[in-house]
Amino acid sequence: MIFSEYWLRTFVNPDISSEQLDHVLTMAGLEVEARESVAPDFSRVVVGQIVAAEKHPDADRLQLCRVDVGQAEPLQIVCGASNARVGLKVPCAMVGAVLPGFNIKQAKVRGVESFGMLCSAKELGLAEESIGLLELQGDAPVGQDIRAHLELDDRIFTLKLTPNRSDCLSIHGVARDVAALTGAALKPILIPLAVVQHQVQRTIVVEQADACPRYCGRIIRAVNAAAVTPLWMLQRLQRSGLRSISAVVDITNYVLLELGQPLHAFDLARLSGDVHVRYARPAEKLELLNGQIAELQSDILVIADDSGAIALAGIMGGQASAVSDATTDIFLESAFFAPAAITGRARRLGFSSDSSFRFERGVDFAATRQALERATALVLEICGGEVGPVTEVLTQLPVRDPIRLRVLKAQAILGIALDQGIVSEVLRRLQFQFTNNGDEFQVTPPSYRFDIAIEEDLVEEIVRLHGYQHVPALPPQASATMLPAGEGRLPVAALRRSLVAADYHEAVTYSFVDESWEHKLQGNTSPIRLKNPIASNMSVMRSSLWGGLLDALQYNLNRRQERVRLFEIGACFASDGNDFAEVTRVAGLCYGSVSPEQWAAPARDVDFYDIKADVEILSRGHATYEAGQHPALHPGQSARVMLDGRAIGWLGGLHPEWQQQYQLPHGVMLFELEVSPLLVHVAAPFIGVGKFPPVRRDMALVVDENLPLQVLLDTLLAARCAVVTEIALFDQYRGKGVGDGQKSLAFRVVMQDTQKTLTDEEVSVAMAQLVAAAAQKHGAELRS
Amino acid sequence: MQNLEQILTDAQREFSACDTLVDLDQAKSRFLGKSGALTELMKGLGKLDAAERPAAGAAINVIKQGVEQSLQVKRDAILAAEQAQKLASETLDVTLPGRGKAQGSLHPVTLTLQRIEELFHSIGFEVAEGPEIETDFYNFTALNIPQDHPARAMHDTFYVDDQHVLRTHTSPVQVHYMQDRQPPLRIISPGRVYRVDSDATHSPMFHQVEGLWVDEEVSFANLKGVVQDFLQRFFERDDLEVRFRPSFFPFTEPSAEMDMSWNGGWLEIGGCGMVHPNVLGHVGIDAEKYRGFAFGLGVERLAMLRYGVNDLRLFFDNDLRFLRQFS
Repeated sequence: MIFSEYWLRTFVNPDISSEQLDHVLTMAGLEVEARESVAPDFSRVVVGQIVAAEKHPDADRLQLCRVDVGQAEPLQIVCGASNARVGLKVPCAMVGAVLPGFNIKQAKVRGVESFGMLCSAKELGLAEESIGLLELQGDAPVGQDIRAHLELDDRIFTLKLTPNRSDCLSIHGVARDVAALTGAALKPILIPLAVVQHQVQRTIVVEQADACPRYCGRIIRAVNAAAVTPLWMLQRLQRSGLRSISAVVDITNYVLLELGQPLHAFDLARLSGDVHVRYARPAEKLELLNGQIAELQSDILVIADDSGAIALAGIMGGQASAVSDATTDIFLESAFFAPAAITGRARRLGFSSDSSFRFERGVDFAATRQALERATALVLEICGGEVGPVTEVLTQLPVRDPIRLRVLKAQAILGIALDQGIVSEVLRRLQFQFTNNGDEFQVTPPSYRFDIAIEEDLVEEIVRLHGYQHVPALPPQASATMLPAGEGRLPVAALRRSLVAADYHEAVTYSFVDESWEHKLQGNTSPIRLKNPIASNMSVMRSSLWGGLLDALQYNLNRRQERVRLFEIGACFASDGNDFAEVTRVAGLCYGSVSPEQWAAPARDVDFYDIKADVEILSRGHATYEAGQHPALHPGQSARVMLDGRAIGWLGGLHPEWQQQYQLPHGVMLFELEVSPLLVHVAAPFIGVGKFPPVRRDMALVVDENLPLQVLLDTLLAARCAVVTEIALFDQYRGKGVGDGQKSLAFRVVMQDTQKTLTDEEVSVAMAQLVAAAAQKHGAELRS
Repeated sequence: MQNLEQILTDAQREFSACDTLVDLDQAKSRFLGKSGALTELMKGLGKLDAAERPAAGAAINVIKQGVEQSLQVKRDAILAAEQAQKLASETLDVTLPGRGKAQGSLHPVTLTLQRIEELFHSIGFEVAEGPEIETDFYNFTALNIPQDHPARAMHDTFYVDDQHVLRTHTSPVQVHYMQDRQPPLRIISPGRVYRVDSDATHSPMFHQVEGLWVDEEVSFANLKGVVQDFLQRFFERDDLEVRFRPSFFPFTEPSAEMDMSWNGGWLEIGGCGMVHPNVLGHVGIDAEKYRGFAFGLGVERLAMLRYGVNDLRLFFDNDLRFLRQFS
């Protein structure tokens, strides 16, 4: 809602400054988004009339004007504007005037004295561009200060209204609220009923009474549709952001702004037969005033005549029945359309109109006729004409049921002290009708409030008028019980801490990604697509975090970062065709040197086993790994990560093919795991710490070089006797001393008996058991 | 006796001339060795009269102790010097950087969320989470925003299909949570939310924290109290004030816009209000017995103010030069 402060003050004029008015509105929920002066500062510019004009003796393009500014003698002013002519009224800056950017002095122009300057709109700062002098209307009083004449000390307020406050989508509505807020008197709207001069009517057939509970129409004949819109109206329209179209349309727009009632004027000559209010018929089309040809669906309400739809009810008129300068008779419509019948339709057609915006939110159904009378009066004043009777079809208007309001309840909701007197006073200021029995009120909301349906809505009105800023900030009372703190599940923060300690920086990448990432990196040919993506490279929901991390890698490489280590924790999305599944995953990416470039250790690129160590820490050593194939990963350097028998993710090097496509000079190491299984934390049962010293023995087993360590280890663990507490690989060797196609794996075996010191013999037996199992299952030989 | 004093003086002179333990041992043997000066004197005692012997022996012993003490002092001095030299040779440039490791960093959004969770946890709020692809019902209808309601235009929504959207706020989490539980309830729900909006000050994806407190006796004034307490603790500024302005959210009534005093002015920090009875009704909570308040905070906004970040887009560029600043 954009409006002129002066206009508002014609309805309510509280004794407060513009700035204070701004504050009052904002603090009452009518947020002032902008408040601007209509003109920059300037002074000593008055209405002047050119009473004589002759050519400058020495310059073809200049005229010597004599300009009446209300003083005893006209001023001689040299002027170069082509529209300067005798009789014209224009702004005249007198000697001593201070204009935006320059001052007016007495001067000689090509040898002729000039006592001022005739001004264009641009020179006064009223327009960015303008051609010629600003032409004032013929009735402008000569000598009047132009600021007063054009009301240039006015300010334009822009309200950011919430959808519930449709009652403030008019000057009068805002004034009503300002009156309630400030206590200033609201000027009543007194509209004299027009004298009916003829009896011609159109039959109005409302076929959808629930969608159009009230429809009023009237014929005004013999109007001068080409009449000029008066300055005062023009100015108010402009300051509400509307441009002038024609006198009749300007009048309907003016009443819309003034009273909030959308109106429509039809050219009567183009209406054939009765006026119908009905839903659109199948395949019905209508060319709208905005030039669009709308294909109408069956839930779109239209105004129709014998020829078919002529307007979208409450949304926009049709081109064919529009008023033009040639129009002589008009059919003026003022109706109440139910919000449910209008809502969403304009948006579906791809636009919004001042009319639909109001009807969607609710228009005062008690003011339908009043607005019609107001428009009639303005038409008569500006365009002349003969008024016919009002035809009205009225069915069931919305009912405003009384709402119970309990002072105690309001007090409890708000946490402020209230009493019957305070509540009554608020309701009186709001002009809400009410009765009360002690602390219990019955309140009937007015026809223009569509947002008051329950007790809480009234409570909001009470606190709104009381002032939200006066609500104290009080700590709530609650019983001091502790929150559960289970140990069976780690917080996600534990994973974050671990990754930060391992030199990863946390990234946040978009959940919607380029579809090609899903294809290439995940082999996902049917990702979840957005119907209205913001960009084509953000059009599908990610099923993996890798795409975003690779993107971030490239972003950083383009900014000369040579070592990139990132992780992200976030939701990944999948669809089974009907339903959507979301899994929170943690993913990491490492690129470049394993450690920061430094003096103390030789540089080395990060590799599979570096990133695997990070995954081992995340799974706290519980995960197992098996070779597997993933579209994003190097086929020989990728592992499926298993936890408790379930695959929870992947680990490996980026496939060289993608590495090449991404133009990455070095390899990229990646992992991605489901978060939830990583958080399961089983507190291990206590095992006694042995009093006797542990024994360590090493053994090197020579096996086939393709035998995965895990397989051998599983054999050893299965074969170990009770005293063996640990078997761990500490070396892998291929080469001299070990046969072709073989490798030597060296293990550390730790043994411990909780009851006694182990004898050499017991140790030897335990070792022999291990070697024998390895030999039997894998043909392993002890390396001597 | 003159001779004895001379021996001590000689010993002290010779010891002090020694630089190494080897030299010192040689010097020692000249006085205390088998044929050292003092040993010779001791041997000579036997030739004296029995009556003179004790006094002479005592005199020699005094000198001998003096010699031994000098020897010990010198020995300690040499050892100390050798140790000092050894240590000096082992001196490192302690200003060289440590070997190998570096630390990563948490994203400022995470830091902010952790702080928010910690503060609310301290007064008994639990964290609740919900899906990011939401049904139309949970994102809108259950929150009192029916189909075609003009309030839907306030949310520029990403649609997945006719029934599913990317959640436009984390408010649906409160609906899920309340469906399963009865009051008293105190939760915050942090998470990603999505709006079709992208420019210098809007990101199509951002983070929000929704807070909810439902109990028999909570009020609008309590809501203001909790929000003000939070903001004062979050920004570590006791003088920070919160201002409420009337606003409109279909799922709260009364509703308010929250402003925070900041550098002499007011900054919008989020929306809030008393939970609308229809929302409680949807999840089967008796709205006559219980009341609730809810608030929504923009996480990036808080992070920007807290850390002085001046461009929203930095949060999603993942530029290491930015991320490292938060280690």
